[in-house]
Amino acid sequence: MGRKLLTEHINVAGIETFDVYRQHGGYRSVEKALKMTPDEVVEEVKKSGLRGRGGAGFPTGMKWSFLAKPEGVPRYLVCNADESEPGTFKDRQLMSKLPHLLIEGMITSSYALGANTSYIYIRGELLYVLRILEKAIAEAYAKGYLGKNILGSGYDLDLHVHPGGGAYICGEETALLESLEGKRGNPRNKPPFPAVQGLYARPTVVNNVESICAVVPIVNDGGDEYAKIGVGKSTGTKLISACGHLNKPGIYEIELGVPVEEFIYSDEYCGGIWKGRDLKAVVAGGSSVPILPKELILKTAAGEDRLMTYESLSDGGFVTGTMLGSGGFIAMDETTCIVRNTWNFSRFYHHESCGQCSPCREGTGWMEKVLHRLEYGHGSMHDIDLLVSVAKQIEGNTICPLGEAAAWPVAAAVRHFRHEFEWHVTNPKEATAPGAAYRGAAVLA
Amino acid sequence: MESTTATAKPQFSPAAQAEIKRLLTHYPEDRSKSALLPILHIAQAEFGGWVSPQVQDLVAETLNIKPIEVYEVATFYTMFNLKPVGKHVLEICRTGPCMLRGSDELTEHLERITGAKMGQTSPDGVFTLKEVECLAACGFAPIVQVREKYYEQLDTPEAVDGMLNELRNLVHRPILPWEETGLATSPAASRF
Repeated sequence: MGRKLLTEHINVAGIETFDVYRQHGGYRSVEKALKMTPDEVVEEVKKSGLRGRGGAGFPTGMKWSFLAKPEGVPRYLVCNADESEPGTFKDRQLMSKLPHLLIEGMITSSYALGANTSYIYIRGELLYVLRILEKAIAEAYAKGYLGKNILGSGYDLDLHVHPGGGAYICGEETALLESLEGKRGNPRNKPPFPAVQGLYARPTVVNNVESICAVVPIVNDGGDEYAKIGVGKSTGTKLISACGHLNKPGIYEIELGVPVEEFIYSDEYCGGIWKGRDLKAVVAGGSSVPILPKELILKTAAGEDRLMTYESLSDGGFVTGTMLGSGGFIAMDETTCIVRNTWNFSRFYHHESCGQCSPCREGTGWMEKVLHRLEYGHGSMHDIDLLVSVAKQIEGNTICPLGEAAAWPVAAAVRHFRHEFEWHVTNPKEATAPGAAYRGAAVLA
Repeated sequence: MESTTATAKPQFSPAAQAEIKRLLTHYPEDRSKSALLPILHIAQAEFGGWVSPQVQDLVAETLNIKPIEVYEVATFYTMFNLKPVGKHVLEICRTGPCMLRGSDELTEHLERITGAKMGQTSPDGVFTLKEVECLAACGFAPIVQVREKYYEQLDTPEAVDGMLNELRNLVHRPILPWEETGLATSPAASRF
């Protein structure tokens, strides 16, 4: 079945309470870490090979080692619980069912980073989860795991939960910090990086919920043990949020390296495509990563089995590959209209663009409009090339990656499903009939 | 403590004031503006589910910042309603994974049953329909959020009716500290 480093006890009755969580081994990592030096804890995380579980996959230990440590200046650890990437819903489950796991991870990580005040920035829509976290934090304070002189170690930590207000862009770390400071979520230029000038212009590390939770087993068992799981540079376990046209959508904690075909079809995981239909396409890591047709998600262009790892999913770059990303795994069956789906995502990015950068603000608007007229039968062949051209002009020309996130899905959809777009132009009546879907072949390279 | 006329100045209730005081301790003393978003949420819940210019001015006064600093935040974040709303705002997720599992059909169904078009309030003033983007419930789609509650797997008329019936009898409470927790996740979300 695979090890469940994070979710082993997720269904135990009362696991959201301190006492039951403690009975099942909770808070051991805090006790262990407080007997180590902060640098020793950082070293374990480096050895583990843990990569950021929010979507970017940046090595967590390396991010921690970038934290500036000027004398007398407070440092902060901020947990990014703004989970908003379409297709992704794993952090919500972790926090609502295992709040103490995140709190434990926050304490251990804050100690390693030398932070005495830390925040969990949670999207505003998850108010009920914020309540659960506040309740658990109050329990942790009462039991002496938060506050002054934790377990007699001399280490102080205050932990607070802070809500967002409904903005996908606040999942970008600098926009998150702006929002935490009480402002509009406009991303900042980098450099300076948050590690040097973050929250309140002080050194800050921002990490995803799952990354912080993973610190717990890493400290408990050691970084080397964690690194034994997985394949290559994809170590440990990852929570995959599987959704779309599957028989068993849901959250699955997998050891990195499970073959994609097994993940989709095995009863142990998603149980195959619903209603007895065929798979048409997959967006493997949240809406921002390139969509792939069935042939290319199951096997690389070279014909090797695709694995659920960072390296394997990226095999082929953006020509024939995609990304593990956030692990928001969206499966689409043969009745799906790719043009409609692409338009839906482009509407999302246009809506969520903060508006600072002209290429993003205008470009996402253009892509939405052009895709809308293609989907509704008023498009031209030139529109298809226009989409590719606009996407290219956004990439690399924006302050933050939302531009790329908006451009990549459009470019990939046209790359692999061009015939479907052309069919909308040449056969508008057919293509706009209710429930219409193009059944022809995808473009594989 | 609702603002019922254009001239009556809104005031926070004692409970809201206590909660605001508690929240302010979360941030450095000279960084109280950080409390702006949490306080706006409290204000929206206190004053009928939306934040009028007068309410926004009250928030500015509470934090000792300029009104424009509140206006620019209230207009940026999608959760804040800038116009009056019905008793319950049905926030329907319209993003890709929900669309794949029937959010378009759900929206049509809700428009028909409530008599409200998307973005509008029903004639009886009970339901406002609001389109929102991904709510992190994609595996339990299609979904509607109402205040803090997630109504998931609304893919049958029975499920939708169940939600609407529950709402007709529900009165929203103000936002207070975690003691008020008792809000269940939906059964679907407990399937792991």
